Amino acid sequence: MSAVPAARPTASAEPPDRGPELDLLLVPPRARTGWRLVPARIAAMCAVELQKLRHDRTELYTRAVQPALWLLIFGETFTRLKAIPTGGIPYLDYLAPGIIAQSAMFIAIFYGIMIIWERDSGVLTKLLVTPTPRAALVTGKAFAAGVKAVLQAVVVVLIAAVLGVAMTWNPLRLLGVVAVVLLGSAFFSCLSMAIAGIVLTRDRLMGIGQAITMPLFFGSNALYPLDLMPGWLQAVSKVNPLSYQVDALRGLLIGTPSHLPLDFAVLAAATLAGIAAASALLGRLAR
Amino acid sequence: MDHEEAVVCRGLEYSFTHGRGKVTRAVDGIDLTVRTGEVFGLLGPNGAGKTTTIRAITTLLPVGAGMVRVFGHDATRRPMEVRRLLGYVPQQLSADAGLTGRENVALFARVFDVPRAERARRVTQALAAVDLTDAADRMAATYSGGMVRRLELAQALVSAPRLLVLDEPTIGLDPIARTGVWERVDAVRRATGMTVLVTTHYMDEADRHCDRIALMDRGRIRALGTPAELKDQVRQDGQQGQAGHEGRDGRDGRDEPTLDDVFRHFAGRDLADATEGDFGDVRRTRRTANRVG
Repeated sequence: MSAVPAARPTASAEPPDRGPELDLLLVPPRARTGWRLVPARIAAMCAVELQKLRHDRTELYTRAVQPALWLLIFGETFTRLKAIPTGGIPYLDYLAPGIIAQSAMFIAIFYGIMIIWERDSGVLTKLLVTPTPRAALVTGKAFAAGVKAVLQAVVVVLIAAVLGVAMTWNPLRLLGVVAVVLLGSAFFSCLSMAIAGIVLTRDRLMGIGQAITMPLFFGSNALYPLDLMPGWLQAVSKVNPLSYQVDALRGLLIGTPSHLPLDFAVLAAATLAGIAAASALLGRLAR
Repeated sequence: MDHEEAVVCRGLEYSFTHGRGKVTRAVDGIDLTVRTGEVFGLLGPNGAGKTTTIRAITTLLPVGAGMVRVFGHDATRRPMEVRRLLGYVPQQLSADAGLTGRENVALFARVFDVPRAERARRVTQALAAVDLTDAADRMAATYSGGMVRRLELAQALVSAPRLLVLDEPTIGLDPIARTGVWERVDAVRRATGMTVLVTTHYMDEADRHCDRIALMDRGRIRALGTPAELKDQVRQDGQQGQAGHEGRDGRDGRDEPTLDDVFRHFAGRDLADATEGDFGDVRRTRRTANRVG
């Protein structure tokens, strides 16, 4: 069943005639190893996300509508009602960080749909055949979702500023806000990618995404303080990373009492767990 | 460290488990060797096991039973080493429509660790190699099907792979675009001497462009050799079984058998009848064809 192959022309025997210069395509690039690999992949995935947003900003604008409505209608109304005790600050100011966290989460929680789309279109398959460990690919994608969420957060911060919310403009605190939004989005996008690795289809993921988004939002301190909740909801809120994200954002932006070290620790731990889960399940999408 | 063999598969098996415990054996004990520098074609109908074989070689599927080595590296134990040597073009049109041609290629330069200093030049060369210099800064969404395929080729070439793996590279393309894709593959191979592993169900393409081919049907390799050797074998078998009988290959007295005749001879049925690919295969093929337009 075996046979002698036809004689092959070699590179030296037949130089590229009249063709374009290809010298670099003959030399494989030197492999990046060790700790530098993961940051390089994260940078590559984030660059792609920014390039896409540069070409088409529609999503950025349309996604700003919902948070704007929350602030404008819900925020303005409840500020007048004074029904929710917020420790002396206007309700709109209290609400703004919650809405930033919510809009970032909404972007991230449907990121798994993009992964499934990339699987269906072959983009993911091709990336899985590059020298990129699964965990690096997931981390890259998670932070790419984070970059998108940060841009979204900037839009919401601007809307809130226009509505008269008194926020800090301290650059260090704003840097902290960026870090919190990045970590929160990284966690929720990993949660979404992990679910994508389990359910494998877009329709199922849409359903699950819809089913968990509202409980995560309402079961957090985004709209009202923890003390107002019944005991069981407080318990839910305490294991909900969104609560820690909102707490940190509120502390950084509005200056309310918060637990920043705990918030960062919980968000970082949740992100690591999310990356581990999504990396373990990502391979299922390629089969 | 130079290996005579680019790819070695021994006793490769892979089964899919569907719901309710139903098992489909997609690849059923494959032995094959792809030699360095050759164009090796895996031929067969939908569902023959070509794509599953490719997926095992490209480290996408865990190798259950059997062994796969790429330039001496075990695909299961050393997947990262294997991936560094591969340029892979999947069956679906996989360029990102939301990026320009240049950005699509640059992404792959980045994930293969091309240093920043030479990234732009390398990307330009890869685009030139597939004749996309003029369209490089247009959005990939505006490309024709043939251009997308060539763009994917540039993505695969930018890392200077030793093995180029093409899964049905011309599926759904019109004859002119098919020729365009093959011209670029042939030119690049002449210039670089890289090994090419390609799957196709177009027998004419395999005949014209492959040095050796393996005919696959129902998860097994039914015949392996150069196109000329396989046709010779059909001719000889036909002569032995002559004397009034129409040969099993059904050539109706034609002198020169085609690869379709070869498939009929070794698989025992027509290629046209052998399209029992599962729903996923058909959906994938249709999706690619739709996107090609």
